[in-house]
Amino acid sequence: MDFETIIGLEVHAQLLTDTKIFCNCSTKFGASPNSHACPVCLGMPGVLPVLNKKVVEYAMKMALATNCTINPRNVFARKNYFYPDLPKGYQISQYAYPLAEHGYLMVEANGEQRKIGITRIHMEEDAGKLIHDDNNPASYVDLNRTGVPLIEIVGEPDIRSPEEAAEYLRRLHEILVYLEICDGNMEEGSFRCDANVSIRPKGQKEFGTRTELKNMNSFRNVQRALEYEVKRQQYLVENGEKIIQETRLWDDAQGATNPMRSKEEAHDYRYFPDPDLVPVVVDEAWVAEIRAGLPELPQARRERFVNEYQIPAYDAGVLTSEKALAEYYEEVVKLCGRPKIAANWVMGDVLKFLNEDKRSIRECPIAARSLADMIGLIEEGTISGKMAKEVIADMYATGKTPRGIIEEKGLVQITDEGELAKTIAAIIEANPGQLADYRGGKEKLFGFFVGQVMKATQGKANPKLVNDLLRKMLAE
Amino acid sequence: MELHQLTIHELQEKIRGGGASALQIAESVFSRIDAVEDRVHSYIRLMKKEAMAAAVRADEQIKKGDIQPLTGIPVALKDIVCTQGIPTTCGSHILHQFVPPYNATVVEKLAAAGAVFVGKANMDEFAMGSSTETSSFGPTRNPWDLERIPGGSSGGSAAAVAAGECIASIGSDTGGSIRQPAALCGVVGMKPTYGRVSRFGLIAFASSLDQIGPFTRDVEDCAIMMNVLAGYDPKESTSVRAEVPDYRRFIGRDIQGWRIGIPGEYFIEGIDPEVSAAVRKAIETVRQCGASIVEISLPHTRYCVAVYYIIAPAEASSNLARYDGVRYGLRTADARDLAEMYEKTRMQGFGAEVKRRIMIGTYALSAGYYDAYYGKASQVRALIRRDFDEAFTKCDAILTPTSPTPAFRLGEKTDDPLQMYLSDIFTISANLAGIPGISVPCGFSASGLPIGVQFLTGHFEEGRLLQVASAYEKSAAVEKRRPSL
Repeated sequence: MDFETIIGLEVHAQLLTDTKIFCNCSTKFGASPNSHACPVCLGMPGVLPVLNKKVVEYAMKMALATNCTINPRNVFARKNYFYPDLPKGYQISQYAYPLAEHGYLMVEANGEQRKIGITRIHMEEDAGKLIHDDNNPASYVDLNRTGVPLIEIVGEPDIRSPEEAAEYLRRLHEILVYLEICDGNMEEGSFRCDANVSIRPKGQKEFGTRTELKNMNSFRNVQRALEYEVKRQQYLVENGEKIIQETRLWDDAQGATNPMRSKEEAHDYRYFPDPDLVPVVVDEAWVAEIRAGLPELPQARRERFVNEYQIPAYDAGVLTSEKALAEYYEEVVKLCGRPKIAANWVMGDVLKFLNEDKRSIRECPIAARSLADMIGLIEEGTISGKMAKEVIADMYATGKTPRGIIEEKGLVQITDEGELAKTIAAIIEANPGQLADYRGGKEKLFGFFVGQVMKATQGKANPKLVNDLLRKMLAE
Repeated sequence: MELHQLTIHELQEKIRGGGASALQIAESVFSRIDAVEDRVHSYIRLMKKEAMAAAVRADEQIKKGDIQPLTGIPVALKDIVCTQGIPTTCGSHILHQFVPPYNATVVEKLAAAGAVFVGKANMDEFAMGSSTETSSFGPTRNPWDLERIPGGSSGGSAAAVAAGECIASIGSDTGGSIRQPAALCGVVGMKPTYGRVSRFGLIAFASSLDQIGPFTRDVEDCAIMMNVLAGYDPKESTSVRAEVPDYRRFIGRDIQGWRIGIPGEYFIEGIDPEVSAAVRKAIETVRQCGASIVEISLPHTRYCVAVYYIIAPAEASSNLARYDGVRYGLRTADARDLAEMYEKTRMQGFGAEVKRRIMIGTYALSAGYYDAYYGKASQVRALIRRDFDEAFTKCDAILTPTSPTPAFRLGEKTDDPLQMYLSDIFTISANLAGIPGISVPCGFSASGLPIGVQFLTGHFEEGRLLQVASAYEKSAAVEKRRPSL
């Protein structure tokens, strides 16, 4: 039987505000337990939430970047359930009236570009964390994360393959990071994804029974978990078994999904509007202001790079994968005027160095100005491409300018024709046998002479000049 | 007359004129407490040490000529407002050892205005009740008849003012919890407009209905207290940035030409004949003040109690979820796992009425029932609000009884929750509509129990509310009696 896969993703992204969504506590990750927890975080009696306006602005940025319609009046609601990491016994979220709805994202996978719908984006508070004691039958509660702002991005069941799901996630992730509203760290949980997946025989209209997948902390794991789950569901259907609607956890080591205890999901959240907060009113002027402040988004920037700089789509993709990288590249291009050459240096050497050290482009010791200068020095012939390889390594290691390094190391290319001619004449004189063979037709020996010149000049000779002079002098 | 019997404005005159010191006033109040508290039980906790220290500080301020609106005035706080470093129980066993690390905004404001806090007043558990009998610290008794209840839920605050155990007090009103005990104890009690007084630090019962307000001995004192309490609070999202006038200016102004609305729906069968007679007399008094009496209709009145007992428990079921034994308050001693810790803590910590309302509220919000209960109640609430908007196009203020009966006997209604709920039948609508209301004494029953009349005005019209209440108070000149304790 031929099956069609139906996938819908729910993404939670932590917003990069300095303070929490409903109080003034810091959102910093990694502080000692409960050091960023005030009476509001602790859900103490009588304390009240006050909405952080920045959270609304950040959420609006994402909504606009994903083509959503912003609701002029959206409402916070309480999601009621008991858990020790949830101090109030309810999570403040949005339910009937979310911030934004009806968005979409264009996603390219398996050589096809498709539109993936976004049902809604809403704001909510994160819960705390439980720390289980391995030695004692005890658990501890850390409320530092309580109240850290989240947006939940609920996607339509428009995704048709695990690859497409991973690609959709990459695009969402890329936009969030581009907008500088989320650090995108999947391991620390700043970007989390749950997936709903079902299969149906090709041509059937009704959806099959879906399962919900959790606990996938990388793009790769999302794809692997979905691939596994699709196979599992197909196996069940083909063997006449029933798919149970349930939540399943991805086990990375095992490479499989396993059912979560059903007791943990039997929730009636009893949503109702939170009477402690007033509706968020978003007027057109506010939307316009946020829209005007949006940066160029990755997809648009990719297209512009291809058109404006005439670089291959692949290069544009790599260079725009991160906002800071794209800005770095553009700065280099602006200063040196050589888009393709700049792309090669950035994608080749610069990224290689950074990847080796697991550094981000923001931490790159090579200033855009320096890289542009270096490209200029190659262009004007001051250094060779080969010398540049050495220079750029030094620039990365020391942060020095290319001119400084060249001077320090005496790396300046020999472009003095007279001096070079003298060296060449001496080499020809010292190798009469090779000269005779060359003149006798062994043209390959030209390389031998180039090598000798380079050796004599410690590689400083301008290669083009060496070629020209050698050809002339060998022929004489 | 003894100092503890006087009003705020009378004491202010004495303080300014050197006729009394803050310490003398505090001593007078505490000697009165020594004499009557074991019979009345207005308080869960007295703050004598703090109060005496505050009185000494007040006298130093007075000496320097720095006299604030409440300098040296002994004020009781309902034990539902959080006091930093002082246990705040909300009348519940589940919070019997809870010490807040913060003050409610009203506590900050009162302290800044020079008030001397006498203690934390008794109340129905989590403000759920109309008699102060659901307090896990035992009931408060009505100073006018110790066999009777003082009303509730702010019964301790009302009784303390009536019995001379403080000069003024703070209560909270979710469905009548200030106005009904004020009526039953023969004092003035006001519920301000929703959003007028900050709820920060007020332990939530039903967040969309709760509002803090004062109990005082006369309307002028009420204005003095409102001057201190009212105003926007950045810590509270539903508090409103509306200008706060000097409420005292409205005291003594006449109500010539005012139209006073009498809603037919509030003069129903089952209302106590003595209450009915006293309120009819109040209508006459208002007419004699130069106001015209207009009949108005609030057609959705009969749904008020039903709507209230969906919305309030629904919000309460969520507000009270935080009392889970994890972070503060009671935690059961014997639990083997998490579920048992939750169940036993809440089973042992909450009283019967609180559990009843948590269950009603949980049910009303449940999947499949939300639309029929909470959803429908919210719609009808909007209609009730509209009733008032329309009524206030025809009149300037509304006059009704505050409570259908004078104070009833202890235990009389504890086994019949529905009868108990009906004692708030005239006060609930103001909470649902968010409008301000005040109860003013309007007479006594033959057996000597106080009766109150309620005035209502539009949103943020506390000034006009005080104006009509003070005009009535002056003209009615209700006999000044004191409970014989």
